[in-house]
Amino acid sequence: MSTAKTTGADRSGTDSSEQYLTFMLAGEEYGVDILRVQEIKGWDKVTRIPHTPDYVLGVINLRGAVVPILDLRRRFGLETIEFGPTTVVIVVRVMSGRGERTVGVVVDAVSEVYNVDADDTKPPPDVCGSVDTVFVKALATIEEKMLILLDIDRLIGNSIVDEVVPAGAAA
Amino acid sequence: MTIDPEMAEIVKVFFQESREGLDAMESGLLGLGATADTENINTIFRAAHSIKGGSATFGFAEVAAFTHGVETLLDEMRNGVRPVTSEAVQTLLQACDCLREMIAATEAEQPLDQGRIATLNSDITHILGERPNEAPAPASSAANHGAGPAAPKPGTAAAAEQPTGWRIVFEPVAELLRLRNEPTRMFAELERLGTFAAQADVSRLPALDALDPESCYLSWTLEVSGQIPRPKLDEIFDWVDSHCRLEFTPTGGSAAVAPQAAVQAVPQAVAPSAAPAAEAKAAVPAEAERSPAAVSAPVQKAAAESGSIRVATEKVDGIINLVGELLITQSMLSGFADGIDPDDLDRLRQGLSQLARNTRELQESVMQIRMLPISFAFNRFPRIVHDLSRKLGKKVELKLSGEGTELDKTVLEKISDPLVHLVRNALDHGLEIPDRRVATGKQETGTLELAAFHEGGNIIIEVRDDGAGLNKTKILQKARERGLVAADQELTDEQIDNLIFMPGFSTADQISDVSGRGVGMDVVRRNINDLGGHVQISSKEGLGSTIRIRLPLTLAILDGQLVRVGKEVYIISLLAIVETIQVPRERVNKLVGRTEVFRLREEYLPVVKLCDQFGVEPDSRSAEDGLLVVVEADGKRAGVLVDDLLAQQQVVIKSLESNFKSVSGIAGATILGDGTVALIIDVPGLIRSVINSAGAISAHAA
Repeated sequence: MSTAKTTGADRSGTDSSEQYLTFMLAGEEYGVDILRVQEIKGWDKVTRIPHTPDYVLGVINLRGAVVPILDLRRRFGLETIEFGPTTVVIVVRVMSGRGERTVGVVVDAVSEVYNVDADDTKPPPDVCGSVDTVFVKALATIEEKMLILLDIDRLIGNSIVDEVVPAGAAA
Repeated sequence: MTIDPEMAEIVKVFFQESREGLDAMESGLLGLGATADTENINTIFRAAHSIKGGSATFGFAEVAAFTHGVETLLDEMRNGVRPVTSEAVQTLLQACDCLREMIAATEAEQPLDQGRIATLNSDITHILGERPNEAPAPASSAANHGAGPAAPKPGTAAAAEQPTGWRIVFEPVAELLRLRNEPTRMFAELERLGTFAAQADVSRLPALDALDPESCYLSWTLEVSGQIPRPKLDEIFDWVDSHCRLEFTPTGGSAAVAPQAAVQAVPQAVAPSAAPAAEAKAAVPAEAERSPAAVSAPVQKAAAESGSIRVATEKVDGIINLVGELLITQSMLSGFADGIDPDDLDRLRQGLSQLARNTRELQESVMQIRMLPISFAFNRFPRIVHDLSRKLGKKVELKLSGEGTELDKTVLEKISDPLVHLVRNALDHGLEIPDRRVATGKQETGTLELAAFHEGGNIIIEVRDDGAGLNKTKILQKARERGLVAADQELTDEQIDNLIFMPGFSTADQISDVSGRGVGMDVVRRNINDLGGHVQISSKEGLGSTIRIRLPLTLAILDGQLVRVGKEVYIISLLAIVETIQVPRERVNKLVGRTEVFRLREEYLPVVKLCDQFGVEPDSRSAEDGLLVVVEADGKRAGVLVDDLLAQQQVVIKSLESNFKSVSGIAGATILGDGTVALIIDVPGLIRSVINSAGAISAHAA
């Protein structure tokens, strides 16, 4: 569906370069593989789902499909903020243990699209700030900035399908 | 003959259509009474004929040879040369079974069961040998049909009082041959029907150097005489009628039938193959053996009298989604209309109401695609009843009614097996053997009725027999023996009857291979409950039993009651709701300080607080301020506390699991008119969780 959007984009890098959509979260810049991004939409009211962890904000209607919305700040255990005008939902397609899922993640703001060369990436150090290292695919340096490249399959696929949800965790 | 990949698809269709043809034959044969109903025999014959033709075309010689014998027998019956005897019908039914196996074996490229084929073949030959074969040979005609520019034209000599022939104007499009159609084959078919003559119109034929050898420049005026029903002609031209102009005129006698209007349609996407059907030079159709079209057409006609299409379910679901979305857009637009310039408002409102009507109609008709008549499930019963009553030595008349009642494909598929079980049960346990029936003053032949009808948004299927009915004393005794009912417990007649749905219950004295193992009725009930349905039996001793199944029309749509708890809106299936009440404080009590119960007439029911279950902030936490929706599932009741009742509406059920995971207490989600998502409450799950937690509490207290 969304691949049409990206295949036409200018991919000036070498074969080993990949495009990443980056977004801001608590002052840090994170990147997700742009081929996984289906669309970006503004924050809208969600329908709450009982018996789910607090980072599952609820579900929305995305053109007839019921899509869960996750709050990445809560997922990373960061301090929560009021949703403002830059708050957006990035709708991504993730592979879970039970097939492909469409999921929306709430982030502070979208930032840029970067070509990231494989040579510019470094594996994350063992201790990596506020994000559990398993979700971090690599760190990249672009224009003297650090990008945190996320493995969304691990980050989201796990949390929506495989994780056992303790009842009343939201309370 | 080897099957190239291109043909494989067509061959697959042939197998599919052959099965449908066999189904048609079977139901036709079962419908044959003592008197031969010509139309019925014709249907059976056509089906057999199509299978024979198709299998010969595709090189399945054994199938073709076997069907030939069947066809010969049917042909004699059709022509009234041979009476329709029950032995012959029985043999033909077995031949159907055998053919079905042969087709399955051929499709799976397995060896055929030669022994069985030989036995049946000799049976058929035996029947055929009983009297000299005196089938009237169809009048033959000039052999040089089709090709000659001016075939002999035998005037309508036989033209008498009644329509004794047809004149057919057949003007194919130039692509006819490229689309793998073969006029000469059709002419050969016509020739079988009676005296046949063709006159070719060569006026469109271009000069030799401008001639495209693969195009068809000819058109024909065909004359065929004999008493031929119109449908037979339609069959022959069925495959090509979108590639030509056809005009049928009856000749001789009362020409009541108006000439058929020109049939012209978008050419079908019959794969234009690289190999053209005709390698002839002068557009003269060659005798090409690879024209499957003309042969398989009659099968399609016979099987699809209702004009059905095969559509992948995913495609339909895709359309359903889109239509739902359209509906939402429309209701959003209606919302906007409230704040616009008053001058334009009327026209806008008018347009919107039209849009609303159109979208609703569109949704309804799209939903209809998933609906199939219940005859798909009922059709197998004549055969089952026929075979089983023979085996059990019982005389049974099967009555079907409401076969046209439609229900969702998924529901239909899942209800077939439980129905078979119920019918077998009724035959085995319900209906008595003829002697017993006569002794009790009943008709020798028992009646088994299958009826389907709509009732208040549900479909009801009833299985009725006029047999012995349930033996209540025996059932109660068995139930007490097995500890299903306490020794001192008093039950109503209805409760006793419904004990047969308990697991491990059978009152049959002897276990037969038909039924009696006691693993049936509970499975039947579970299957029906899984479909969101309900089953009940009522019985009068000596007069018979009626089993009543209530099912939702579809699993995709639900009649829902919207309820509000705080700011959240949830949906409860109307089927699960018994009533909604306001309870005064004095009728609410707390058990061991935690679980609240309330008294509804003679019963104490637990109160389920949605606010606590789902962790939402309600208007009020006390039962007397809100409304209690009394729900029932699996025979257990509970009162669900909500703040308010909103509208009732049909909702399209969406799975939460497709992008998320299943959540306890939630059966699914739906999208409301304003585009927001609302959750559908899983009533059985909710009741279970309350009863479990109540159990846990009493365990703690003990």
